[in-house]
Amino acid sequence: MKYVLVLLLGVVAGVALFAAGLAYNPLFGGEELSPLAVSDSQTILLGYPVVTNEAIVFTNDGESRIRPHPEKVLQLWESPIRQTSAMAVVLWNSRNQSAGLGIKFASASEATRLLEGRAIVDSVWYLYLPGKGSLFIDQSENYWDYLRDIVIPAYRSSADTWRGKWLGNVTAGPGALGTARVTGGSGEFLGLSMLGVESMSVRAWRVDRGAIAGEGQLMIELPADVSNDSEPDNEQL
Amino acid sequence: MTGAPGEQTALPVGMKWPDDPILANVRPEIFKIRNARDVVIGVAVRTIAHEENANVIDWVVHLPARGSLFINMDPVPGEGGLRVGRLRSGSREFQPLTGTIEERWISDTSGEEDAPAGRIDLVARLIGGDLPPDELSEEVAK
Repeated sequence: MKYVLVLLLGVVAGVALFAAGLAYNPLFGGEELSPLAVSDSQTILLGYPVVTNEAIVFTNDGESRIRPHPEKVLQLWESPIRQTSAMAVVLWNSRNQSAGLGIKFASASEATRLLEGRAIVDSVWYLYLPGKGSLFIDQSENYWDYLRDIVIPAYRSSADTWRGKWLGNVTAGPGALGTARVTGGSGEFLGLSMLGVESMSVRAWRVDRGAIAGEGQLMIELPADVSNDSEPDNEQL
Repeated sequence: MTGAPGEQTALPVGMKWPDDPILANVRPEIFKIRNARDVVIGVAVRTIAHEENANVIDWVVHLPARGSLFINMDPVPGEGGLRVGRLRSGSREFQPLTGTIEERWISDTSGEEDAPAGRIDLVARLIGGDLPPDELSEEVAK
């Protein structure tokens, strides 16, 4: 009997060590510096709220811990879209002024490999900036650092809450430098192909509500020939 | 999903459209996309914006595990309300494709009490490779 108990304890200890190694593996870490941060080209900076209650609308399958907003919005419960979320937000520019509308669709990806530090989400953004034009962003995002640094500590916390200062890039591709692919659709962006990166700054996270304080940011690099034609002090919108 | 002043379509219950003048001329609509067998396969957004120089009508269709399509529509509808657009960009399996998309409103004729007013049909004609616009038009016409 004692041998059975020892075996069970060994199994439990092994699982615990495995889980700890998976969660805190120093070999898996995201890039903190955006590849566009060192670009000489002009960039477009757009902010958006990561708190779902601050979005115009947020919806998912309706059974996730993060609830849709508003409460009675149509939910994505059908099987093919059950792992998809949809969100519409007001975007603001670097001067904290409203810049336009953003709509994001995100779906859990089959490319997720937790053992390799990849928690992948395939997402697209549609941005409409009145007076400027429309943009389409295609990207894959890796939320591994987000899970490790925020979500797991929140679940381990007795208050089911995490507080701190977390800043990270979530864009992981499809660009070779871990950048998103951006296409201009209309206005002054028509025909342009650009690179982009999405990042997040989170200050508080709750198990039952997700992020409760923080902001997201989209950085889009304008093509060099467009940048050169612009005024030297031309802001990022 | 529109709540700008002057819009007649009501917002879903509980949704508050931002009282921001920059969004006054923008009308986004989010849909569930169904295939020909009436099975939900994805989600989409159509945005209609009124600008001084021209109106903008864009679609983004997101099909989980397959990819997304970004489509610019001709703001001026054709005969019978048919609107034609061009695939501007795609992701995943749609990334190497080009083509055109037709949008048409189909009114409901079932007469059922709880039936929707109608549906929007999107028909996409996509081909692989990069063709110049002129050659693309010829291929589509065939």
